[in-house]
Amino acid sequence: MAKLKSTFINMFLSLSIICLTVAVLLAQVNKLTAEPIAVAKAMKLQNAIGDVVPEFDNNPIEEAYLMPDGRGDSLLVYPAKKSDEIVGYAINSNAAGFGGNIQIMVGFDIEDKVVNYAILQHAETPGLGSKMDVWFNDTTKPSQSIIGRNLAEGALSVTNDGGTVDAITASTITSRAFLDAVNKAYAAYTQSNEDANTGATESEADDENIITEEDEITEEEISNE
Amino acid sequence: MNKNLKVLFNGVIKENPIFVLLLGMCPTLATTSSAINGMSMGLATMFVLICSNAVISMLKNVIPDMVRIPAFIVIIATFVTVIEMLMNAYVPALAESLGIFLPLIVVNCLVLGRAESFAAKNSVISSIFDGIGMGLGFTLSLTLLGSVRELLGTGTIFSLNIFPEEYGSLLFVLAPGAFIVLGYLISIFNSLQRKRQTN
Repeated sequence: MAKLKSTFINMFLSLSIICLTVAVLLAQVNKLTAEPIAVAKAMKLQNAIGDVVPEFDNNPIEEAYLMPDGRGDSLLVYPAKKSDEIVGYAINSNAAGFGGNIQIMVGFDIEDKVVNYAILQHAETPGLGSKMDVWFNDTTKPSQSIIGRNLAEGALSVTNDGGTVDAITASTITSRAFLDAVNKAYAAYTQSNEDANTGATESEADDENIITEEDEITEEEISNE
Repeated sequence: MNKNLKVLFNGVIKENPIFVLLLGMCPTLATTSSAINGMSMGLATMFVLICSNAVISMLKNVIPDMVRIPAFIVIIATFVTVIEMLMNAYVPALAESLGIFLPLIVVNCLVLGRAESFAAKNSVISSIFDGIGMGLGFTLSLTLLGSVRELLGTGTIFSLNIFPEEYGSLLFVLAPGAFIVLGYLISIFNSLQRKRQTN
């Protein structure tokens, strides 16, 4: 078959047909992969939450809510509950690091203590700042680990700034950003905890009870009729 | 068949895209911080190369010359998007570590270069072989580059410990190390080639 000449109609048809075919193909692949992509994302979030809070039996992702971090921004809080009792909170926090935004998941128990953390996303220097995923949870080195630290005793900061946490060697900026993210998470945590203690959660639970009672009544009424 | 095998080896050694043609340097330097990253980048590019080479040589007669570049780019972009979606769905951790360089395969001059200089002039079968050869050459070079950088930087290859991490030099994992290692590998490759030719 001879090569098509570059006339307007040939070019128009050829490009249009190629684009149309491609669009159909991509739509099909998109449809095929949309679900696995969503599942993979949810799994990642779920694993991060599971890693940072005590054992729970609810679905924190479904019960997530926004809490102010005390600096004009809001953080996503994932409450972890065991038989309807709050056992801890996983908080999705962030801070500006050395190479861009750092996103972490910090877990607190109900006594203001850090349970664990997970790095969700970062662009820190490989081998230096990127060590934060293991540096701050090395429980054999208490001066650099933040696990089990009680933030009610004061915000965390690196030793260079007069704090109590050893910064990652040669990555003070990353370390500052990381601790900043933890402190922000703690601000959101205290808010959540206060709300829980002052009965915000209880009243919610009451509301639910009322609704179920009403439902039962209506059902009984219906059956009586 | 012999001709096809020649095309295949051509891509791996004589016209190795990295060490001889020096094509696609951007992903080469950026994604080879570890052996596994280099290899997966190479494999993703190979997939795109084979598919786009095949389709473009199939369509070479129905694409008018004056619109060939946009047509090639659309075809290449399609395959890149397909592999990107597949990787996001089934190997999300890998897709994340390749980051922006995965979608940027679209503008890898290796892919467009082979489409323009080979697939648009040759039969479908030999275009596929060219894609396999070039893809293999690209993958092997990237894996080698990634292995050397990972070894010198962190003392591991494919996360297997060779020597303790403390003895590694971080420089090799960072950007300057990419240039240094690439330069030395090219010079080694060239001297080997020259020896082969004089023998």
